[in-house]
Amino acid sequence: MSIFITLVKRDLSLSFRQGFDSLMVLAFFVIAVVLFPFGVGPETNVLARIAPGTIWVAALLASMLSLERLFQIDYDDGSLELLALSPVPLEIIVIAKVVAHWLTTGLPLIIAAPLLGVLMQLPDQGFLVLMLGLALGTPALSLIGAVGAALVLGSRRGGVLLSLLILPLYIPVLIFGVSAVDAAIGDLSVRPHLFILGGILVATLALTPWAAAAALRQPVE
Amino acid sequence: MTQFHGQNLICVRGEHMVFRGLDFEVNSGDALILVGPNGSGKSSLLRMMAGLLKPYSGKMLWNGEDALDDFDEHGANLHYVGHHDAVKSVLSVAENIRFWAELRGGDAADIGEALDVFDIKHLYDTPGQFLSAGQKRRVNLARVIAAPAPLWLLDEPTTALDKATIKRLEAAIQKHRDAGGMVVLSTHADVDTPGAKVLNLSDFVATPTVEEMMAL
Repeated sequence: MSIFITLVKRDLSLSFRQGFDSLMVLAFFVIAVVLFPFGVGPETNVLARIAPGTIWVAALLASMLSLERLFQIDYDDGSLELLALSPVPLEIIVIAKVVAHWLTTGLPLIIAAPLLGVLMQLPDQGFLVLMLGLALGTPALSLIGAVGAALVLGSRRGGVLLSLLILPLYIPVLIFGVSAVDAAIGDLSVRPHLFILGGILVATLALTPWAAAAALRQPVE
Repeated sequence: MTQFHGQNLICVRGEHMVFRGLDFEVNSGDALILVGPNGSGKSSLLRMMAGLLKPYSGKMLWNGEDALDDFDEHGANLHYVGHHDAVKSVLSVAENIRFWAELRGGDAADIGEALDVFDIKHLYDTPGQFLSAGQKRRVNLARVIAAPAPLWLLDEPTTALDKATIKRLEAAIQKHRDAGGMVVLSTHADVDTPGAKVLNLSDFVATPTVEEMMAL
């Protein structure tokens, strides 16, 4: 466990000192959402109608932005080989990296989401559920993204390939994340939607570290 | 008494056979020096020994047991120093070394000895980005000292090192061997390792038969 914390701490300090990765992700998220009122006009009911979907789609794209770098830097400077050779299983290393990625990108998105909700005229009942949905959904996004990041490692144009690989896999999270907010706005029960999001999170947590670790062993060769 | 054996190893990169029928034997206290021209497979053999590259066929035995059975367990037995130094540019020298030591369950507080061995104590707080190539290599080698492991796999460890540091490396290798450790290293420069065995990889280059070519 202490090794796990060591790994997470290392990635966090790398990301904080390496510049403004998480700030850029956050800025992208805000700007992407802000574009919509300009695009569709400032009518309150139109904005309110598309608010959940807009915020969720922008969150998906923002969390994907920094994924390419998840393993790339360690791969380039030889650290990945040494991590693979350490007595710590590669699966644990993957989970630690995903946790650090989520803390630096997913968490800021959740915090910024209510502000963008205000901007998008999101009805009051939607706010809490939007944040809950993002809290369950963004870790799943980071986990799924880790598999994609591991698969494209070592290939040129990894970034574009990465989005083609993982955006389709993000669809279930998007559907249930948005439908939870819609349900809350329509005074329907939000529990089934959140439970399914939770289920997706548990399933990805159980499956993706193994898939990502298996994918990582290929480029290391 | 630790033994590390390779039997009848074949290495294939791309569709090209690099070496075949290669046997090696390293025991406690041994040093094995890999020599051979560029492309003869020195680095590939070292990566194979580390478990990073799967042999096309053949076996590697650690104390009589298949070394590749448990990747993580085999990884714990060795240190690998490759072409990349794995020094993070935003972390200080001490943070870099401490991380790798902690990852291997070493005593993170005590990296002083490792810094002393390669004379980088004065760089303790220096971020990786301000290090020269030789200094980075020293940090990478200090990582090896900071957490003990019986087998050292050093791929051209003298690259970018000055003469004084090569002497320090020779002393570190000798100390490791005296304590029962094993060292395998590839080099073009002279590294003074008394009583070392030499494995010339150009002895194992062979053209594959037609059937083998078809099988690839």
